[in-house]
Amino acid sequence: MKTLEEIHQIREQKRKELDLRVNTAADTREKHILVCRGTGCTSSNSPDIIDNFRKILKEKNIQNVRVIRTGCFGLCAKGPIVIVRPEDTFYAMVTPDDCREIIEKHIEKGEIVERLLCKDLDNKMVKRLDELNFYKKQKRIALKNCGVIDPEQIDEYIAFDGYKALEQVLTSMTPEEVINEISESGLRGRGGAGFPTGKKWLFTSQAKSDKKYVVCNADEGDPGAFMDRSILEGDPHSVLEAMEIAGYSVGADKGYIYVRAEYPIAVQRLQVAIEQARDYGLLGKNIFGTNFSFDIEIRLGAGAFVCGEETALLESIEGRRGQPRLKPPYPANSGLWGKPTLINNVETFANITRIILNGAKWYASIGTEKSKGTKVFALGGNVNNIGLVEVPMGTTLREIVFDIGGGIPNGREFKAAQTGGPSGGCIPSEHLDIPIDYESLSSIGSMMGSGGLIVMDDSKCMVNISKFYLDFTVSESCGKCTPCRIGTKRMSELLEKICNGEADEDDLYKLEKLALNIKESSLCGLGQTAPNPVLSTLKYFRDEYMEHIKYKRCRAGQCKALANIEIDPEKCRGCGICQRNCPVNAITGDPGKPHKIDPYICIKCGTCVEKCPFLAIKK
Amino acid sequence: MSEKNCMDEKISNEMQKLLKKYSKDKSNLIQILNQVQEKYGYIPKQAQFEISNYLSIPMAEIYGVITFYSRFNLQPKGKYSISVCLGTACFVKGSQALLDRVKERLKIEEGQTTPDGKFSIDSTRCVGACGLAPVFTVNNKVYGKATVKDLDEVLDEYMKKND
Amino acid sequence: MLEENLVTLIIDNKVVKVKQGTTILQAAKQVNVDIPTLCFLKDINEVGDCRMCIVEVEGKKGFATSCIQKVEEGMVIHTHSPAVMEARRVILDLILSNHHRDCLTCSRNGNCELQALAMKFNIHQVQFEGDMTDHKIDDKSPAIVRDFNKCILCRRCVATCKNVQGIGAIDCMNRGFESSISTVGNHSLNDVNCTFCGQCIESCPTGALREKENIKDVWRKLKDPEVYTVVQTAPSVRVALGEEFGMPIGTNVVGKMVAALKSLGFDKVFDTNTGADLTIMEEANEFIERFTNNDCLPMITSCCPGWVRFAEKDYPDLLDHLSSCKSPHQMFGAIVKSYYAKKYNIDPKKICTVSIMPCIAKKYECQREEMEVDGIRDVDYVITTRELSRMIKQANIEFTKLEDDAFDAPMGEATGAGAIFGTTGGVMEAALRTAADTMEGKDLPKFEYEAVRGGKGRKETTVEIAGKQIKAVVVSGLSNARKVLDEIREGKADYQFVEIMACPGGCIMGGGQPIKSSKIRSEVDVRKLRANALYTIDEKSIIRKAHESPVMKQMYEEFLQKPGSEIAHKYLHTKYTPKKLYDI
Repeated sequence: MKTLEEIHQIREQKRKELDLRVNTAADTREKHILVCRGTGCTSSNSPDIIDNFRKILKEKNIQNVRVIRTGCFGLCAKGPIVIVRPEDTFYAMVTPDDCREIIEKHIEKGEIVERLLCKDLDNKMVKRLDELNFYKKQKRIALKNCGVIDPEQIDEYIAFDGYKALEQVLTSMTPEEVINEISESGLRGRGGAGFPTGKKWLFTSQAKSDKKYVVCNADEGDPGAFMDRSILEGDPHSVLEAMEIAGYSVGADKGYIYVRAEYPIAVQRLQVAIEQARDYGLLGKNIFGTNFSFDIEIRLGAGAFVCGEETALLESIEGRRGQPRLKPPYPANSGLWGKPTLINNVETFANITRIILNGAKWYASIGTEKSKGTKVFALGGNVNNIGLVEVPMGTTLREIVFDIGGGIPNGREFKAAQTGGPSGGCIPSEHLDIPIDYESLSSIGSMMGSGGLIVMDDSKCMVNISKFYLDFTVSESCGKCTPCRIGTKRMSELLEKICNGEADEDDLYKLEKLALNIKESSLCGLGQTAPNPVLSTLKYFRDEYMEHIKYKRCRAGQCKALANIEIDPEKCRGCGICQRNCPVNAITGDPGKPHKIDPYICIKCGTCVEKCPFLAIKK
Repeated sequence: MSEKNCMDEKISNEMQKLLKKYSKDKSNLIQILNQVQEKYGYIPKQAQFEISNYLSIPMAEIYGVITFYSRFNLQPKGKYSISVCLGTACFVKGSQALLDRVKERLKIEEGQTTPDGKFSIDSTRCVGACGLAPVFTVNNKVYGKATVKDLDEVLDEYMKKND
Repeated sequence: MLEENLVTLIIDNKVVKVKQGTTILQAAKQVNVDIPTLCFLKDINEVGDCRMCIVEVEGKKGFATSCIQKVEEGMVIHTHSPAVMEARRVILDLILSNHHRDCLTCSRNGNCELQALAMKFNIHQVQFEGDMTDHKIDDKSPAIVRDFNKCILCRRCVATCKNVQGIGAIDCMNRGFESSISTVGNHSLNDVNCTFCGQCIESCPTGALREKENIKDVWRKLKDPEVYTVVQTAPSVRVALGEEFGMPIGTNVVGKMVAALKSLGFDKVFDTNTGADLTIMEEANEFIERFTNNDCLPMITSCCPGWVRFAEKDYPDLLDHLSSCKSPHQMFGAIVKSYYAKKYNIDPKKICTVSIMPCIAKKYECQREEMEVDGIRDVDYVITTRELSRMIKQANIEFTKLEDDAFDAPMGEATGAGAIFGTTGGVMEAALRTAADTMEGKDLPKFEYEAVRGGKGRKETTVEIAGKQIKAVVVSGLSNARKVLDEIREGKADYQFVEIMACPGGCIMGGGQPIKSSKIRSEVDVRKLRANALYTIDEKSIIRKAHESPVMKQMYEEFLQKPGSEIAHKYLHTKYTPKKLYDI
C-alpha cells in the first residue's frame, strides 16, 4: 500500500530518471536500449535480442545502460525494432546477432550502426523515429505510452502522469463532473459503432441498482486488427485507471476485462498490472483513502468473434455460449447478471485519462465536428508500412495509405481499402480523399469499425475478398437467429458459385436480396453488418461481379477456377526467381530466356506472381 | 483396471485439485475450460464430468460451450500443430495458398489430426504478426513472410523428425 | 386501472391501449392482429431468435421483435407492410432451405407450425436452396425419437428441458450454420440425463421430436387371433383425445373412446382408473405404515416413470423415500395377467396388455426389467393419446359420430379418486381420502383437498388426521421437484408425504398428449381445461374414495387379501436401483 504522498514521490523521482525516454536533450549519463516486446516483434525473436543485450552488457560490465522491454512502436513491418535513448536512434529489423555491434559501436564508441538504420521510401536514411514519414502525420494519444515505458513497471507508468487522473477525479470531482467532462470531450466508442461515450456513462450512472459493473471489451476479433492488443501490451495501466474512473462515475465497484485468450502477452501484462496496482493500493478498498473501492478481474474469451458484440460478451462472462441478447434492454440498464453495466472498448478507455488530465476542450479541439480525438488503425495488407498508426479524426484515407503507409509495394496500383473488418466495406480509389470519421465512412457503405485498415492492390479480386469476409461471418455466426445462421451461409454459397464461374444473373439478384434482408432482420450487430462487404463491393465493383458471371473471368486472377497463370514472354527476363520459388516445379526455362508454366502441374498458388520482380506473370 | 479407467482416474484426481481454485459459481465455466484446454491440449470427457458435477451444470450445456468456442478441442491435437493465419492482412498476402498447400500435403482438413497423431492443421484469425504477413505457426513458432515453398521446406523438416 | 399506466399505440391503423410492459405481440392480439411466431413459446422461450415476428415501427431503424419488445407510447406499428412481408418470406424460405421437407410422411403433418406458416405465406418453391446440415436420427431410446433434420433451431425444447424441467439433457451445440440441438457428445437420449418426460415433444413446432411409435406392434397383436388383447386407458387420455378430432379442449370423450377401442378390435377395454384405485389402496396403506413407524419419511409417490428415472439418476440417495408401489397401469397389467386371467381361465401368456397413456416415459417404464412377475410382463405396449388418435383415423372410424360405450366389467368400474390421478395433486388427494378414512376409522364427509389443486408448480398443505398433523407437498415439473428434493437431502424439509409428477400440471399435460401450438398455448390455459374435466368426472362419480370401490373390495377378497400383503407385494410393488446419470 502506498499513500498519496508516496505515489507523488515515485512520480517525481521516476519522471526525472526517465526523462531520457522523451527528451533527446535529457541531462543524463544513462542510456536506455528500448526493445519492442509487442506480439509482432516478439514473433520475430525480440526476446532473444533483449537477452543478448543484457548478456553482452554484463560481460562487458557496462553499468549505465539499461535494456527496456516496451510495447509496440508502431512500424511493425520493420520489426524487430530497437531504439537507443536519449538520442532516439532507430534500428530496424534487428537480429540477436546484431546486439554486439550495437553495443560495441553505438554504446561504447558513440557511432551509429548505419547498416541497421531504416531507409524511408524516398531512400533517405532515417536516424530518428520521428524523422520517418510514417510518424509525421500521426498524433499519439491512446498510444502515448506505447514504446515509451516498460509496461510491467507500474513506477514507469506513474512517472508519466499515471494514476494522476484517478487522483484528480477521486479527490476533486463529482461523478457528474467526470461524466460531463467525458461528454464534452466528444469521445465516441472506438469499438465500432461510435456511440457517444459520455452518454453511455450517463445512462449507466442513472440506472438504479445496488450493484453495477464496468466491463472492458478487449475481445478484438476483427481479423487483421491489433490496436487493442497493442494498447494492453504497451500500456495496461491506462486501461485499469480509466476503468476505475468509469467505476467512480457510474457507481460501480467491480470491473471485468474480457480479453481473448489468444493474446497471451496482453493477458500476462494485464495480470502483472492488476497485481501491481493492488499492491500499491491503486485497486481495492478505499483508494487514495476515499470511500471509493474498485477491483478488476480478467475474463478470458475462447475464440468467438461474436463475443465482441457487447451482449454476447456479457453472456460469455457469465460462462455461457456467446449468443447475443436482444436489445433493448441495453446493458446500461440490464447487463451482467441483469445489473446495469458500462461496456467500453480498450481504445475508448485509453483516451479517458488524457481527457481528464488535459481537459475536454483540448480533446474536442482534435478531429472533426462530430468525431473528436484520434483513431488508432492497424494498417495492413498491400501497403509498405504495415503497422499501428494513430491519426486525428478527419485525416484522409489517402494520407493514411500513401503518406503514412508509404503507398503500395511492388509498383502495383491501389484498388481498395477495407475498414471495419467483416462488418465494414471496401472503399475504392475514388473515395481516397474522404476524411476518416464515423459519418463519412458509413455514408460510403463502410464503417469505422474497431480500426482494421487493410489495403488491397490490383492483384486482389473483390468478389474473392467479399467471399473471404462472408466465410468469416459464416464460421463466426453464433447460429442464434435465422437470417445470420442460414442467410450468410447461402450468401457464401452464391459467392462461391460466382467465384467458380458457375453463377448466372439470377444468382446475383438473390445475393443482393439476401444481403439486404440479413442487414434488416438479423438480431445483433454481427448479422446486421455481415452483408456490408458484399454490398459495398457490389456498389463499387459491380463490373467485377459481372465479369465473373458473364465472361467467366477474374481479372485479378485470384479465383482459382477462373485463373490461368501465364508468363508474359515480352516482360520475362529469365531471372529464374519464379522457377526457384515454385513449390511444384511447374516452371521451366533457360536462364536469360522467357520461362513457361506447365498448366497441368501448376496449382495456381500465386507464389510466382508475387515473386516476379518484373511483373511478368499474370493470372 | 483398464488403461482407460486409469487415465480417467488420473484426470479426475487432477481435476479435483484444479477445481478447488474456483468457487462453484457457474460463470467460472469458461475460465475452467480454458485452464483444462491449456493443461491437456483438449477437454477430456472425464474433465467434463468433473466440471459438470462441481458447477452443477448439465453435461449438454458444457458440451455446448466447448463446441461454441473455437479455442476448445474435444480431441488431442497433433504433436506438431500447424496454424495458418487467415487474418485479413495475411489473407490479402496469400495465406489461403499456404493453407491449401498444407492440407494437400498432409491430406487432412482444418481441425483434423493426421492418423499417426503427428500433425494437425488449424486456421487462426490474426496471430498478431501482421508485419510478417503471411504467417503460419508450428507449435507457436512463427514463420513469417512465408511462401508456399517455405512452407514445404518447414514441413519436410518436421516430417523427417522421427521422435 | 389508472390511465397513466396505459400506453397508447397504433397497430395496423387500429388504436390500442395496453398496460405498460406489454409486448407488441400481446398488444396486437387485443386488436385481433395475429402476428406470426415460430420460436416463441409463452413464458418458456421468449428470445426472438427466429425473426418471424418482426414488425415495422415507424421512425425506427430495422425491425422490432414483437414477441419480446415492449410497447412504447405513440408507437405506430405495421405488421404486414410490404417490407415486413418480404422479410418474413425470406426468413421462412431460409428455414425451409435447411429442413427435410418430407411433410407427407412426417408425424406432424397437419399439426406443424412451420407447415402452417409456409401455407400462410404461400411459399410454393424454396428460392434459397443450398447445403443442408445432416444429422443421424436417434431412435435408441424406447420413448423418444429425435430427427434433427427437421429441427429449425427455435430452441423451445432446450428452454423446456433446461428451464422448465431443470434437466438440460439437450442444448445447442456448435455454432453458425453447423448449430444443432443435441446431447453431450451427440449420444442418444437413452444414455444421458433425459428423463423421457417428453415435454420437449410438446414444445417442438415441427417433427424433430416425436414419440417412439408402437402402433404397428399393436395392430399386429390385434390382428392375431391367438392373442387376447386387453387395453386400458389412463385418466388423462379421455379428456384430451377429443382434441385430435377437433373437439374443444377439456371435452370428456370417455364413451366414444371406449367405443373406438372396441371397434379397433380389443378383446377387453378396461380403465386404468381402476388401476389408480388399486394404487391408492396400496400407497395409502404404505403411507400409514411408514407414517406410524416414522420410517423413511417423507414418502414420495412413484406413479410417474419420468420422475422415477430422474430419481434413480439424480437422487439415488433418496430412493428409499419412494413408495414401492408400481404405477397404476403396471399394477393393472399385472392384475390382468394374474387375477383376471385366472378368473376367466385365460392363458396369461396369450394376453397382450396395451396401455393408452398421456405419457412417453410409460413406454420406457413398461420395458423396465422390474416390471414383470414370474417372467410375464405386466404391460406389453404403451401407446400415447396421439398414437391412439392415429390408429382410430387409420381404422376409418368417424370418432365424433360414435355412440358412447362403457368399459368392460369387471374392472371398468372406477372411483372419482382414480380419475383425478391425471392431474397434479390428484394422487395426493386420492391417497389422503383413503388414508384419512382408514386412520380415523370412519367415512369422513369432507374429502376434497382444495389446497393441493390448481396449476401451481408447488403446493403445500397440512392436514390433521386422527389428531396427527400430516404435512404434504405436491410438485409438478422436475425443476420444482429438484428444489423439494434438495431440501429433503439437506434435511431442511419436514414433509411426511410428497407427490411428484414430472410434467408441469401432471399427466394431463404429459408428453404423449395432443400437441398444442404456441398460439393456443399462449391464448388458452390448456392445463386448467383438461384438469377441470377430470374434477368434473370425480364430482359426478357416485363413489369417490378408492377403498369404497366394490371392484377393489372384490379383488382383495378374491386375490390380494389385504393391502401390503405378500401377494400384493409380488404383483403390485417394485424396487428402484441407482443409475448412472450419464452412461456414456
